[in-house]
Amino acid sequence: MNIRAIHYLGLAVLLALPAFAGEPKAKEEPAAQEGIQVPKPPFSEGIFPCTSCHDGKQMKVDTKRRELGMHSEIELKHGPDSRWCLDCHDANSRDNLHLASGEKVLFTESFKLCGQCHGDKLRDWRVGVHGKRTGSWNGPKQYLLCVHCHNPHSPHFKPLKPMPPPMRPEQIRKGGAK
Amino acid sequence: MMDHQPMHPQDDGGGASACGSRREFLGTAVAAVATALTGCGKLSKEEFLQHNFRELSKDEIQTIIARLESEYKAKYGKTVKVNNEAAMPGVIFGYALDLSRCIGCRRCVHACVKENNQSRDPEIQWIRVLEMDKEEGVNLQHAEQYYNPEEVPREGHFYMPVQCQQCKKPPCVKVCPVGATWKEKDGIVVVDYNWCIGCRYCMAACPYGARHFNWGEPTMKSADVNPETHYLGNRPRPKGVVEKCTFCIQRTRKGLYPACVEICPTGSRKFGNLLDAKSEIRQVLENKRVFKFKEDLNTQPTFFYFYGV
Ligand code: SF4
Ligand code: SF4
Repeated sequence: MNIRAIHYLGLAVLLALPAFAGEPKAKEEPAAQEGIQVPKPPFSEGIFPCTSCHDGKQMKVDTKRRELGMHSEIELKHGPDSRWCLDCHDANSRDNLHLASGEKVLFTESFKLCGQCHGDKLRDWRVGVHGKRTGSWNGPKQYLLCVHCHNPHSPHFKPLKPMPPPMRPEQIRKGGAK
Repeated sequence: MMDHQPMHPQDDGGGASACGSRREFLGTAVAAVATALTGCGKLSKEEFLQHNFRELSKDEIQTIIARLESEYKAKYGKTVKVNNEAAMPGVIFGYALDLSRCIGCRRCVHACVKENNQSRDPEIQWIRVLEMDKEEGVNLQHAEQYYNPEEVPREGHFYMPVQCQQCKKPPCVKVCPVGATWKEKDGIVVVDYNWCIGCRYCMAACPYGARHFNWGEPTMKSADVNPETHYLGNRPRPKGVVEKCTFCIQRTRKGLYPACVEICPTGSRKFGNLLDAKSEIRQVLENKRVFKFKEDLNTQPTFFYFYGV
């Protein structure tokens, strides 16, 4: 019970962060019902809110699939070739995503969108088997969103440079131990 | 022994310093014997006379902790806290590692060294990541621990980090001739560094290569010392003792995740209370394909490997 309360509190604090002010709609409860705290989605610098450009006035909504003049840094490597921006981004409400059903989804709850295809992963993530939790094993934890580890446009986990290997015993005898 | 009278009562004023009491005499004698026996002039009389941690009273523990803290302060020039947190009731720790996710980046290895105050030169590492062939599966004949390519994971390979498995039937504990290592109520196998005689029987007995010996005086820069320590865990160790992973006893007994869980960029590491049906560790055990490493030896690890896919 207590832990629940702490979760709510955490979420309240999170939503109060001016950095992620979003729309007033951000007060919607689903994330709280799940008891899930997530950090701010990893937007590229200055990109959000999308409506600062896509406000329906500066630019006409064009729902035709095409090469874009903007967002050239995005390399779309996710699923079938036919997939494109507006499959996930909402054309009429740019600061939201949408499900296949058309239902709008906040960027902070993008896991719902991912879970449409990756249902098994979503199920594992909810119980802490997939993904990363930090904080307290018996108390409040922080979760990461799918998109913190998997770039949604190109989700394969990127290779890393490994940190140094252990010293071989013969090396230790030469120099290391005194 | 309990005689507090000066040996020469007529020798008043400054008698104690001139001739010394019987107790002081004994103390010096013991210290001399200690020095002779251990060949180490640094061992104090108190340390020499100290009992096994499990036989100490609360007061004795506090005195010893105070002594250690002042020794660390003198050695590292900063305050190092030595904690003595006991096991939480109703908790047995379990650990699970997702072999389908680990990419062998060794972030965990180095986060562990930092957290647990291991010697830096030579560096003692409690976690060893094995690079294995996908074609061979878990096969130690095809395991490489010194891999160092530009990028991991390497094509055709998977990675298996090995650390203390906190066995339910720990052979290391069984062979220790002096009882300097034992299993705590929450499942963590610990070492009393002040009781360990450095015979290294436990290292020979452990089938996982999980125990490491301080051949030299452990080296650590003052700035590198993690000042949050536990008596049975990451407090700075002396030369000549054995050490091993303790599931970050100094963190986990306070409710935190171990350092390796916190750092792993792939979320391969799962930790929690085996007695809590809702914990992620129980979810893993109940829903995934799980195995124990070298299960045939019947060491009964509380560290599990699983395939998350
Ligand atoms: S940090 Fe995680 S991914 Fe990297 S080697 Fe350790 S367990 Fe594997
Ligand atoms: S893994 Fe080795 S050191 Fe750890 S409890 Fe088992 S036998 Fe002992």
